[in-house]
Amino acid sequence: MQARISLQREDFDVAAEAAALTRGRADIGALVTFTGICRGAEGGEPIAALTLEHYPGMAEAEIARHIEEASERWPLLGVTVIHRYGRIAPGENIVLVLTASSHRQAAFAAAEFLMDYLKTRAPFWKQVESGGGSTWIEAKDTDETAASRWHRPGREAAE
Amino acid sequence: MKLVYFAWVRERVGKAEEELVPPPEIKTVAELVSWLKGRGEEYAHAFEQAKSIRAAIDRSHVKPDAVIAGAREIAFFPPMTGG
Repeated sequence: MQARISLQREDFDVAAEAAALTRGRADIGALVTFTGICRGAEGGEPIAALTLEHYPGMAEAEIARHIEEASERWPLLGVTVIHRYGRIAPGENIVLVLTASSHRQAAFAAAEFLMDYLKTRAPFWKQVESGGGSTWIEAKDTDETAASRWHRPGREAAE
Repeated sequence: MKLVYFAWVRERVGKAEEELVPPPEIKTVAELVSWLKGRGEEYAHAFEQAKSIRAAIDRSHVKPDAVIAGAREIAFFPPMTGG
């Protein structure tokens, strides 16, 4: 299965990434694209920007581990994960997940799985910049709950 | 070993990384946290909610009872908020 992982400051082109993943292939019948975008408000308060910090080296490794796990669970034909870091203004892209398969069920499920894990297991931290200064966003229990539904008994959560 | 800190853990400790040699009786991640807390006010502040801080050894997530022997790089950070 082909997998592309990129951590980058600069924006990405969703259409170009989708085209690159499917080009020249007649076996892909379903392509799910998820784009996470920076909202202009956090907790009801307007924000100026988000700043994303990441752990270089571990972020790539952790995403690769989860793509590997996704490909064991579903018959995937291609995956692309792009995650930006640095300062991101409202309306700008933050993250892209593309999953390709023969049929839609696998592509949808794998995209959800990868996003749930990116939210809770990939080493990224968001800081909100607003009129009142900078504050770190707290992890949400709802994200943990979303990720825990994929948990398989017998596998250590911290591995 | 190299210790690296991220997000508010980094801000509270006041540095992104450092080389430290913990005493030999420090065997686990949890013991390392307790030892760090005794190194000064900034560490005590950074690790005061020790339960909410996550750790990684050589770029893999670990639990507090993980053994640190042989680790090259240990990271401490808050719960992740990517995606």
